[in-house]
Amino acid sequence: MRFTKDHEWVEVAGDVATIGVTAYAAEQLGDVVFVELPPVGKAVKVGDNLAVVESVKAASDVYAPIAGEVVAVNDELTGTPETVNAEPESGGWFAKLKLSDPGAVDALMDRDAYEAFLGTL
Amino acid sequence: MSQPLKRTSLYQAHVAAGARLVEFGGYEMPVQYRDGVLKEHLWTREHCGVFDVSHMGPSFLTLNETSGDGDADHRAIAAVIEPLISGDIASLKPGQVRYTLLLNDEGGIVDDLMIGRPVSAGRQGRLYIVVNAGAKEGDFALIQQAAAGRATLARADDRALIAVQGPEAAAVVAGLFPGAGEFTFMHHRRIDYAGEGCAVARSGYTGEDGYEILVRAPACVELWERLLADERVRPIGLGARDSLRLEAGLPLHGHDIDETTSPIEANLGFAVAKPRLKARALRGAERIARELAGDLTRVRVGLRVLEGAPAREGAEIADAGGQVVGRVTSGGFSPSLSAPIAMGFVPPALSAPGARLSVIVRGKSQSAEVAALPFVPHRYVRTV
Repeated sequence: MRFTKDHEWVEVAGDVATIGVTAYAAEQLGDVVFVELPPVGKAVKVGDNLAVVESVKAASDVYAPIAGEVVAVNDELTGTPETVNAEPESGGWFAKLKLSDPGAVDALMDRDAYEAFLGTL
Repeated sequence: MSQPLKRTSLYQAHVAAGARLVEFGGYEMPVQYRDGVLKEHLWTREHCGVFDVSHMGPSFLTLNETSGDGDADHRAIAAVIEPLISGDIASLKPGQVRYTLLLNDEGGIVDDLMIGRPVSAGRQGRLYIVVNAGAKEGDFALIQQAAAGRATLARADDRALIAVQGPEAAAVVAGLFPGAGEFTFMHHRRIDYAGEGCAVARSGYTGEDGYEILVRAPACVELWERLLADERVRPIGLGARDSLRLEAGLPLHGHDIDETTSPIEANLGFAVAKPRLKARALRGAERIARELAGDLTRVRVGLRVLEGAPAREGAEIADAGGQVVGRVTSGGFSPSLSAPIAMGFVPPALSAPGARLSVIVRGKSQSAEVAALPFVPHRYVRTV
């Protein structure tokens, strides 16, 4: 699993990346009450809006940490958005992207580097 | 230019309780504690929440010279404040508190506030006035200017103001403040705590029964800790305070109401003293009377968002034909209803409960309908 400074995680299997937000991000967001997911087929570049998570008090954007095409979204979050808080780094995933360049994920932080980054916040 | 944030006397207690702090009204305030907004909100609806609202503007306006005739002195101090506000203060009975509006010359709402008349015969000719945090410097200046030579405004915002809200608030507060259970909502009394006289008002902004207690700094931390030691009580941040007042249909100044909004547009006509309006003895009386007679272009309503994301402040409201007819002034997710709710302004013709509208969130149209306010029934205690 790789991580960004915006607290997204990416897990690559073959040329497909699963994307979610980290446990730290879920804690910061508070209770998630609504998740807006991208349409399947949408092409995203690094930094594009991928999803929106809403807590009771605010909406927060989730950015694409890597470029690709949305091939699946986690529809279960529509009915049970609280899964983002309960299982942020597993069942609370947002979308799967087919990567144009799977190697690009290596530029992101590994867990040690992300933990170290959290220590600076 | 940013000024250093102020801290209330309870700041250290918030940090110790794991609060997440944010800027609000020039203060560093707890937006939530460890439980988070959702749980804090529901706890207040079911049990009892305590809120540090010391950032607000409590004050006392006192006649410079009293006659000793309590009723005459009350009328005299009422006459000092009434030219600034929408309401009738002269008719307040001893101990009564009234919600009212500071108006500008155009009938716009400069702030909303609470004004109380003391109970005791020895304190007549004085008013307890609580204004909002963000507007308090301007409000205090206006009141001081109006009172010049006749009355003196003493700020009390160096004290702590603690709100205790929820169905179990009365039992909690009565255990610490003898007699607090003997008066109804929108009344207040001076009750001693730890040898200090405190202003104890049965009031609040959550829709629940509860109290707002003004206590001097030395005793406030001990009071806060003692409240929290009660297992029925949890600390509640500004996040849940906002979702609670939204469910209760109560407007937030600077968001739902501001200097451009009139009391009639804001659906706060109950706060306008009709005899003073009739006599045009009210700022902006011409506009307010015209709007009250039906010449109105927009009115504050509640909205249930029937699908999709919460519609938040600034979201456009459209009619059935897609024409933009208004804007959301506050909105979010209702923990009690598990659904998105909002307040906003629409033309009167579209303001009846059930009217079908839509809200535009991130470019998408989502169906919504006008809902009666409050979204969650008020549970104020009107008889004891």
